Amino acid sequence: MTITEKIIAKHSGKDKVSPGEFVESNVDLVLANDITGPLSINEFEKAGATKVFDPDKIVLVPDHFTPCKDIQSAELVKRLRGFAKKYKVRFYEIGKVGIEHALLPEEGLTRPGDFIIGADSHTCTYGAVGAFSTGMGSTDIASAMITGKVWLKVPPSIKFVYTGKRNKYVGGKDLILYTIGKIGVDGANYKSMEFTGDTIQNLSMDNRFTMCNMAIEAGAKNGIIEPDEITALYLEEVGVTSDLTLKSDEDAVYESVIEIDVSKIMPQVAAPHLPSNSKNVDEFSDVKIDQAVIGSCTNGRISDLRRAASILNGQTIHHEVRCIIIPATQKIYQQAVKEGLVDVFISAGCVISPPTCGPCLGGHMGVLGEGEVSIATTNRNFIGRMGHPKSYVYLANPEIAAASAVKGKIIHPDKI
Amino acid sequence: MIKGKAWKFGDNINTDDIIAARYLNTIDEKQLAAHCMETIMPGFTMKVSKGDIIVAETNFGCGSSREHAPVAIKGCGVAAVIAKGFARIFLRNSINIGLPVIELPQASEINEGDELEVDLENGVIKNITKQKSYTFTKYPEFLQDIIKNGGLIEWVKIKHIK
Repeated sequence: MTITEKIIAKHSGKDKVSPGEFVESNVDLVLANDITGPLSINEFEKAGATKVFDPDKIVLVPDHFTPCKDIQSAELVKRLRGFAKKYKVRFYEIGKVGIEHALLPEEGLTRPGDFIIGADSHTCTYGAVGAFSTGMGSTDIASAMITGKVWLKVPPSIKFVYTGKRNKYVGGKDLILYTIGKIGVDGANYKSMEFTGDTIQNLSMDNRFTMCNMAIEAGAKNGIIEPDEITALYLEEVGVTSDLTLKSDEDAVYESVIEIDVSKIMPQVAAPHLPSNSKNVDEFSDVKIDQAVIGSCTNGRISDLRRAASILNGQTIHHEVRCIIIPATQKIYQQAVKEGLVDVFISAGCVISPPTCGPCLGGHMGVLGEGEVSIATTNRNFIGRMGHPKSYVYLANPEIAAASAVKGKIIHPDKI
Repeated sequence: MIKGKAWKFGDNINTDDIIAARYLNTIDEKQLAAHCMETIMPGFTMKVSKGDIIVAETNFGCGSSREHAPVAIKGCGVAAVIAKGFARIFLRNSINIGLPVIELPQASEINEGDELEVDLENGVIKNITKQKSYTFTKYPEFLQDIIKNGGLIEWVKIKHIK
């Protein structure tokens, strides 16, 4: 079996599962946010439930429109807060809250072999620690909050084998944008993307989170990486002891195997309006930008901020560009202060936002007007994603976003 | 047993085709149903009869995760959707709200207007018009249970809450 099949089998009380099979699985963690959570709570109440299956395994993270941008969003968060108080489930208040998919691993809530579901499509991020994790609808989450179970069709797996040395500035973002460009936005529809190969074995956890985070942008049910020494070091840091022997079997069956020569991949940018529109950054040299966003569940971790700061140190943001930096969690924010990164950003002319999903989904903290263009380290560049239906988002890694903010147009970091 | 007429659709019918985003300001089943398939088959909701079956090709229900899409289909009286394949979130949402969805590789052999009979419990589809019969992989018992009970929340009520 593949690592994904093993986790599903174990949580379904079976010795073996095969792709296409329907199973009912026990979940280790159930997540909802300020947008999807209130809907789940409605369904929870509709069912007449009076208790949750396990308060410790339910996490409510108000991260999308917080600190609340308007009255409606304040009411949504109130609903979460009230539910959390009543049922004693985990809830992260402003001051503690961060972007859910950066926060949960940091809090030690995601472990290798776990089965995690969330009412947010980027729940697939936790595959980076070797968990099976996937996004679902609000009704599924409501049901899981009551029963601790979820029904599932076992996905076939695609094995991606990345080999070779990464070029300068090529990180997890570039690998995944390149991959989505290769297979398309439905290239892994319904499937499991298993990221393997010597490049992945040498990839940092932050880069692994970035890759698994965007598995959904190829339509995948989950993205996953076998836990190894790098995972172990990370887990130790966040205080998690876990079984690290979980691996795909030698004779595991894959629907297909896709080999990628990483040495040929240059830093990538995905043009509007699909994440699959990825090309080498050099092909975009004439694109003027109005805004740069560095943050999100994809690229708002400490190493992402370090990478942005390495470019921005001693530089000045272009006078016609707004550069918004969003540390994904409070801990990351504090670390960035300690390391002097925030000083670098402010000196360069950036603004620092509190942890929030904010502009990524056109919520707040950097919404675009008509005709405006943003480069962003976020995950989606769909029509109107960051604001006006006639605005444009280019996806890229933190160095490219930072360099572009300095130059006023999309540019390779070595060319500023 | 489900018995009704087939309504044929093609590949990649997305959730915007099923119910356009401009109608998502309600969660009322009847209001959503009134606009079901409106852009790709005008008048569908007027023509379809209770118990009829939608038959489509590949990747039915692709696009957004809106649960409103299967709600609109169910609200029209459609008793089941048969397709060569479904987008994964649509499939989940359908079963969760109690709309039977069946993967059938031979869906192309069914024509519009064919009289169909679907036996969910035994996994058999009969095309009465064409005198053909197909078997499909049955859902496991608990999924059949969800569909029979009218969706996930109703099922949870019965099984877990009483």
